[in-house]
Amino acid sequence: MKNSDLDKVAGNGLINRRHLLQLGLAGLGSGVTNSVLAAEDSLQLQIPQWSKQPGPGSSAYGSRSSHSEYMQRAAGAPNPLYPGGGASRSPLQHLQGTITPNSLHFERHHAGIPDIDPAGHQLVINGLVKQPLVFNYEDLLKYPMVSKIYFLECSGNSGSLLGPNAADATAQGIHGLVSCAEWTGILLSTLLDEAGVEDDARWLAAVGADAASMGRSIPLNKAMDDVMIALYQNGEPVRPEQGYPMRLFVPGWEGNVSVKWLTQLKLTREPSQFRDETSKYTDTLPDRSSLQFTFPMGSKSLITSPSGQMQLDRQGLYQISGIAWSGGGSIRRVEVSADGGQSWADAAIESNRSDKALVRFSIPWQWSGGSAILQSRATDSEDNVQPTRESVLSAQGRMSFYHNNGIQSWAVNGNGEVRNTYA
Amino acid sequence: MPNKITPNKIFIVFGLVALSVTACMSTAQQKSVQLGIPVSQQQLQQFDLIAAPDGNGLPEGSGTARQGRVVYDQRCQACHGANGEGTINSTQLVGGNMQSAGPPVRTVGSYWPHATTLFDFIRRAMPADSPKTLSNTEVYQVTAYVLYMNDLIDQDQELNKQLLVEIEMPNKDGFVDRSSIQ
Repeated sequence: MKNSDLDKVAGNGLINRRHLLQLGLAGLGSGVTNSVLAAEDSLQLQIPQWSKQPGPGSSAYGSRSSHSEYMQRAAGAPNPLYPGGGASRSPLQHLQGTITPNSLHFERHHAGIPDIDPAGHQLVINGLVKQPLVFNYEDLLKYPMVSKIYFLECSGNSGSLLGPNAADATAQGIHGLVSCAEWTGILLSTLLDEAGVEDDARWLAAVGADAASMGRSIPLNKAMDDVMIALYQNGEPVRPEQGYPMRLFVPGWEGNVSVKWLTQLKLTREPSQFRDETSKYTDTLPDRSSLQFTFPMGSKSLITSPSGQMQLDRQGLYQISGIAWSGGGSIRRVEVSADGGQSWADAAIESNRSDKALVRFSIPWQWSGGSAILQSRATDSEDNVQPTRESVLSAQGRMSFYHNNGIQSWAVNGNGEVRNTYA
Repeated sequence: MPNKITPNKIFIVFGLVALSVTACMSTAQQKSVQLGIPVSQQQLQQFDLIAAPDGNGLPEGSGTARQGRVVYDQRCQACHGANGEGTINSTQLVGGNMQSAGPPVRTVGSYWPHATTLFDFIRRAMPADSPKTLSNTEVYQVTAYVLYMNDLIDQDQELNKQLLVEIEMPNKDGFVDRSSIQ
């Protein structure tokens, strides 16, 4: 097949999203390269050594291949003034599909990870309730549970892109504070109904059992809607760094409100005005007013391959791949541009479009050795369209780095080097 | 024209009855698991650390900035500096102005909207290397000292629950509540 036969749908090499599916494997081979057909005569396949001896048997707890150990979370250097504080980022450019393995789910801690014995952990519901209650972990496991696939994103994710210079960084380094998992737990409304919410309650204060006793306030209407006490993540008990033995999970909202190591829920009339909803996680605007309780995460996407610091090693067809999500609903559409936003084409959405979960998108792209700027733009079920970086900056200025859902631009140069850029 | 019950409406009525019966059944089933153990607010006195802007949760007791300086020098100044100037910018407690020409330095004095948050945060999370080791009196004292360094109270003023609720922080009107956007 010649390049001219490809169904071009936008500038600079973007191909109809259905192209690769139609071609099938044989077509894909001929479209990408002729190397299979023109195999070198010297290529003589052999049975490898591992096919000639039995390997170890099954094990009580699995581990990954030693060849995939390059997939690591990236954590910042420890800060002695902030013991246990900080974050680690998911290696987005190495992951596929939509579910983040638990070992690679991003972390954010405010005073490290507490070593909690569930037998000594309690969940208290008090404040404006008819009967304050305390729940034991073992008892909570006996309640009806729901399982939902949800993304979780730190509101500080991608904040570095609001800085003046485009840092030379990977998708992980810039955007790695987003992950997605199946969360299983008890709908919070079940436990609140058991305690009996008083008529004048409007807010809920959630407090963790970490050394910071990290707290956040959540409006009661959200708490009674889809918020859950998550006990399991991807089928196993929530890991210590994700809040073992239990965390609050607030779908679609900035990650900090999904309080880990959850130990207290207090019903109140007004927000409790914790440090982490006044001094932090507030957004100062150019007029010096500051937005408070900016909860939902915006409509957002990024291309994970090719992405920052990758190297295109040949000319030909590439499968552009990426992730998209929105706190406002499900992802309806993802468009991709290869010419810095001058022309756009619809990407295929490969995964289920479930509410407040990651989707995986892809589109074929013919790289002919020239320069390109790759971008993606998500639209959610409420018609929220991912904005450009410039429009985020003009709306929120440079004093706030939270809630940046601007379009990511990856520049490809003539040598096939991929770099973060501002376009 | 009098309202007639058409077959469609009958169907809807039956549907609603069926739905409500189902809802009752599922509610009854859920309520079959009720394992919360009743507890009194008295029993939670040592456990519930939330100190709210209306004074709810603030303990009895008091302290002055002069007393707080002693505690501060021992427990706080290594990170926050001898005079609250901070050792890195995120530990700066004093100074800044939200109306400054350049990007404002945001500190307790310039940014925080509620004085109660200071008490609440010190009691639950400070000192960072050994949180929850200060007594309530020491928390009042250190809170008073941080407020004093920001020129918000006098050095010998007794900071207690009532005064803490009454203190007006410089940036108290600087926030816009966006919680209705969900």
